[in-house]
Amino acid sequence: MYLYSLTLQQATGIVCATNGNFIGGKSQEIVVARGKVLDLLRPDENGKLQTILSVEVFGAIRSLSHFRLTGSQKDYIVVGSDSGRIVILEYNKEKNVFDKVHQETFGKSGCRRIVPGQYIAVDPKGRAVMIAACEKQKLVYVLNRDSSARLTISSPLEAHKSHTIVYSIAGVDCGFDNPIFASIELDYLEADQDSTGQSANEAQKHLTFYELDLGLNHVSRKWSEPIDNGANMLVTVPGGGDGPSGILVCAENFVIYKNQGHPDVRAVIPRRADLPTERGVLIVSAATHRHKTSFFFLLQTEYGDVFKCTLEHDNDRVTELKIKYFDTIPVTISMCVLKTGFLFAASEFGNHGLYQFRAIGDEADVESSSATLMETEEGFQPVFFQPRGLKNLIRIDQVDSLMPIMDMKVANLFDEETPQIFTLCGRGPRSSLRILRPGLAVSEMAVSQLPGIPIAVWTVKKNINDEFDAYIVVSFASATLVLSIGETVEEVSDSGFLDTTPSLAVSLLGDDSLMQVHPKGIRHIREDGRIIQWETPGKRTIVKVATNRVQVVVALSGGELVYFEMDITGQLMEVEKHEMSGDVACLDIAPVPEGRQRSRFLAVGSYDNTIRILSLDPDDCMQILSVQSVSSPPESLLLLEVQASIGGEDGADHPASVFLNAGLQNGVLFRTVVDMVTGQLSDTRSRFLGLRAPKLFSAVVRGRRAMLCLSSRPWLGYIHQGHFLLTPLSYETLEYAASFSSDQCAEGVVAVAGDALRVFTIERLGETFNETVIPLRYTPRKFVLHPKRKLLIVIESDQGAFTAEEREAARKESLEAAGMEANGNGNINEMENGADNEENDPLSDEQYGYPKAEAEKWVSCIRVFEPRTSSTTCLLELQDNEAAFSVCTVNFSDKEYGTLLAVGTAKSLKFWPKRSFAAGFIHIYRFIEDGKGLQLLHKTQVEGIPLALCQFQGKLLAGIGPVLRLYDLGKRKLLRKCENKLFPNTIISLHTYRDRIYVGDIQESFHYCKYRRDENQLYIFADDSVPRWLTASYHIDFDTMAGADKFGNVYFMRLPQDLSDEIEEDPTGGKIKWEQGKLNGAPNKVEEIVQFHVGDVVTCLQKTSLIPGGGECLIYGTVMGCLGALLAFTSREDVDFFSHLEMHMRQEHPPLCGRDHIAYRSAYFPVKDVIDGDLCEQFPTLPADLQKKIADELDRTPGEILKKLEDVRNRII
Amino acid sequence: MQASDRFNINSQLEHLQAKYVGTGHADLNRFEWAVNIQRDSYASYVGHYPMLAYFAIAENESIGRERYNFMQKMLLPCGLPPEKEEE
Repeated sequence: MYLYSLTLQQATGIVCATNGNFIGGKSQEIVVARGKVLDLLRPDENGKLQTILSVEVFGAIRSLSHFRLTGSQKDYIVVGSDSGRIVILEYNKEKNVFDKVHQETFGKSGCRRIVPGQYIAVDPKGRAVMIAACEKQKLVYVLNRDSSARLTISSPLEAHKSHTIVYSIAGVDCGFDNPIFASIELDYLEADQDSTGQSANEAQKHLTFYELDLGLNHVSRKWSEPIDNGANMLVTVPGGGDGPSGILVCAENFVIYKNQGHPDVRAVIPRRADLPTERGVLIVSAATHRHKTSFFFLLQTEYGDVFKCTLEHDNDRVTELKIKYFDTIPVTISMCVLKTGFLFAASEFGNHGLYQFRAIGDEADVESSSATLMETEEGFQPVFFQPRGLKNLIRIDQVDSLMPIMDMKVANLFDEETPQIFTLCGRGPRSSLRILRPGLAVSEMAVSQLPGIPIAVWTVKKNINDEFDAYIVVSFASATLVLSIGETVEEVSDSGFLDTTPSLAVSLLGDDSLMQVHPKGIRHIREDGRIIQWETPGKRTIVKVATNRVQVVVALSGGELVYFEMDITGQLMEVEKHEMSGDVACLDIAPVPEGRQRSRFLAVGSYDNTIRILSLDPDDCMQILSVQSVSSPPESLLLLEVQASIGGEDGADHPASVFLNAGLQNGVLFRTVVDMVTGQLSDTRSRFLGLRAPKLFSAVVRGRRAMLCLSSRPWLGYIHQGHFLLTPLSYETLEYAASFSSDQCAEGVVAVAGDALRVFTIERLGETFNETVIPLRYTPRKFVLHPKRKLLIVIESDQGAFTAEEREAARKESLEAAGMEANGNGNINEMENGADNEENDPLSDEQYGYPKAEAEKWVSCIRVFEPRTSSTTCLLELQDNEAAFSVCTVNFSDKEYGTLLAVGTAKSLKFWPKRSFAAGFIHIYRFIEDGKGLQLLHKTQVEGIPLALCQFQGKLLAGIGPVLRLYDLGKRKLLRKCENKLFPNTIISLHTYRDRIYVGDIQESFHYCKYRRDENQLYIFADDSVPRWLTASYHIDFDTMAGADKFGNVYFMRLPQDLSDEIEEDPTGGKIKWEQGKLNGAPNKVEEIVQFHVGDVVTCLQKTSLIPGGGECLIYGTVMGCLGALLAFTSREDVDFFSHLEMHMRQEHPPLCGRDHIAYRSAYFPVKDVIDGDLCEQFPTLPADLQKKIADELDRTPGEILKKLEDVRNRII
Repeated sequence: MQASDRFNINSQLEHLQAKYVGTGHADLNRFEWAVNIQRDSYASYVGHYPMLAYFAIAENESIGRERYNFMQKMLLPCGLPPEKEEE
């Protein structure tokens, strides 16, 4: 079996981010690393974050920084990754790519303890960069310019120190003196050797300054001084005239200013009043804002509170360090303050935010200062504060993030054309159930009812130079309605259009005249109001029209084509007539190419299943140039120039090619390339779009022509980052559409459907899915579908949090204390919908997080959710510190209750210092009120935590620690029927098929078991020879399981066919063999048939097909919020083709951050039988000559390769 | 050190041990081995962000806190070293 791996949705979580001027000029951009993807983002003028570039780097990016050479206008990006190399990138605006400026190897690849890459610090003046590992190694590279002003990088200078753990590094701003880097170090050498534990207690963190002597080209330890043992992060303080220089050391509960030869200035970090005393406060992210002469820091704690930290200084002497409460936003991993007054907050989990500064915290607020620091016998006196609503920041945009995907199921619960993906995302109060549908999100601007059923709609400008459209023209079966676009949209009658007849086409002709085509003729409305009419001869009517700015072709009933062209005086002149063999089904002319007088080709579709290309040149006017036969009569044609761009911000170098698109009556979209010279058709592609014949319209996307296809759902064909994408829109069925541009909406679409006129815009281009978000209460763990009633049952649990009642009580108390009774009655439901009423809710949990409780305190609930009405029909909070971990629906063989729900829980679970718990339970619930409610039947105490539950032959199978047990339903509790205690660690997944049970162990991969009913025995007949820390599993077929491990691998296991047959045929079922056993393992071993490193912890797997008629593939979801698919190849030819393409891509296009592609995909186990589609899909971004070269090697043309790539993608989604 | 010593196996091993932390030797005891494994593991958790996030979800802590905890545990990953046996 060979699989094709394709990422459907790139990871949405962010690992690290940095901001600077990467494009050059005034604008500020943000570079974010999403694990294996590097993105360049920019807030546009509307305050929406736009992705300019996104590159998959096939390596784990761990740190990012930027620097600027003095006098330069542009920043470079330094990337620390797992490649054992330092990589310096520059954004190339012309080609819209990251150019690798330097790549220097310094160590082995992989995330290792002593190989640098974990931390990066740059000298604020851009003269040097330090790259460090968790332990020992630090390397300093000197950056400079050569004579032609290119960036140069030196060989590395070592600043190693053995037996030393590094917590953080930062550059010290010391103007143009020798660059200095600071690091927090901890020496463990003595602690490792002293068995009394004294040295370990005395182990002291040090702040060490490393000086790079630019003259001697040497790094020396300049200064080292003990610091607070809770230190975890360093922040550079501006220096060299802008500030006092030195460093801010963020430690648990404190922020300390330090510099060489300067006394410490220390201030406490204010604590939330409700924080348990044993918990510290740690700074997790920091940002510096510099404004001319002043500067301040924003520091965020692990609870989400942001503090503004300022330094009072007198030249180089810092007299006071102040920490003032600023605002509270969801916990970030990185914050970027942009010069334009925005704050980009990259959340660690859940959606990222873009905030605008309303104020910079100058108003009075809770503040702690080094001047008022009080030391008492118990330590320093804490300062307390109460979080409040946003005062200084205002959120203007958010970027959706699925991180972390906890569970996922693909099902068609809404009875739509394609199934929906239900994902459980987020953590704690920011958790949500997200329903993903393939397609682009659409935002509806206006819907207005029309007096009848419209059949068509157009928009026209009055003048070619106008920015916006002037009229919307709607045609009904026997009339035409003209609406003028202004402040409002209203009906007009002075437009010159004939309103007593239906219209066939309305367009701008020449520079400033309008044309209306109706069944009886053509009405040409000149700019000065003169109207020139052309009438059809005899009783014939016009049936089809094609126009561009100077050419008009009409098809009369009976199959005659009449060709008009505009002459220099602006008069529409009949040029040629042509008799076709039968009625014309559809027509199209491409727009006039720039610098030409006319478009050369006319495409004509006929009912005899052919499409012809006719010439419009004066020399061979109306000659048939080529004929293409198609599978069904064409309904609509569109000639679209797919110019995958000539550089610029979204595309790669590409020659433009004209595609003839045809919507056929059988619902297929047929695309073929038209040769620009000869008009020959070649390279055909077809794709099924829906049950109705697609109607094609031209639209404008990002200033470029795109295609709207209206079938049973609308689709958009457009170019995104060099790829032509054909994506469904999440909108209802439309009849007719036209592009629309007005003051309020620059690039919209106006469409008719039913009796309504709709105006909408298309958002977030380039995304594969659009999502509907339903907030949940706690971190979701798992969910199941109710088999019959289309309900979801979600279990949610959170550690270290208070129950809803407790929170409500505490909240009331605090609100009353603050003198705000008005909102005191906010009940649980209000908390639930935190997303909706965030504005009027003073303390929404989504923003502030749940108050922390002791670690052994758990809250948990079971939720029954009805997707159709999007409502929670039942929500049971578990009592007594129980937390739910597993769930399944079960039908016991006595049919008394029908479908029941089993939930496995643990009471008072603790992970540290050792995993312990008070008890485990299996709850059995019965569905009441048509499944909308739950009623507890009974609960059974078990000796472990039931982490896996599954129905099996009318009984309940439970994995309780290392025990697999079969239960039957009793009156008051579950009854044990059979068990097997021989599993190595903890059972975390159970799948069953016929009499086989596939057991997933937390550390030891899969065990295949059999249940013998007559002997009532469970026994293991096969297991895996490799230890795998299983995180997700799915049953593929009788002998095969798919699994994913904690280290980011996906693999398939198969029991060899002969063994499988043997076991099935053996009357004892291999029992004798089992009793003998082999080295404590099972007698048979399963074989690994597929192996692939995804590079992200996969948390859920499902085998399904995302499109009707598409191939079955394995869909996975990961912690970083990425969705991907593994599609099984059906032919050997494809396997050969793609493996060769992959091989060439590896050679010709090595990954950006220096990691070897094959090594990355084989990070833990050698990759086996999986072709990396993400690498293959980078083919269109290659320069044309390289594409040609690879294509030649494969005996194909680049076009054929692009077609193959498109085809295989279309089989998945 | 004499020139010939550079090439003998012991000095090569010593060189390796100095250069690559965690390179074992014949007299490595169980504790030292375990300490190395643990430190390698923690460094790997800190280096692989998705794994760090995975732990953070399990323990309901922030990722920053989780990273700090792992770094802290690198000091004494297996508790105190055993007392040295007198030879």
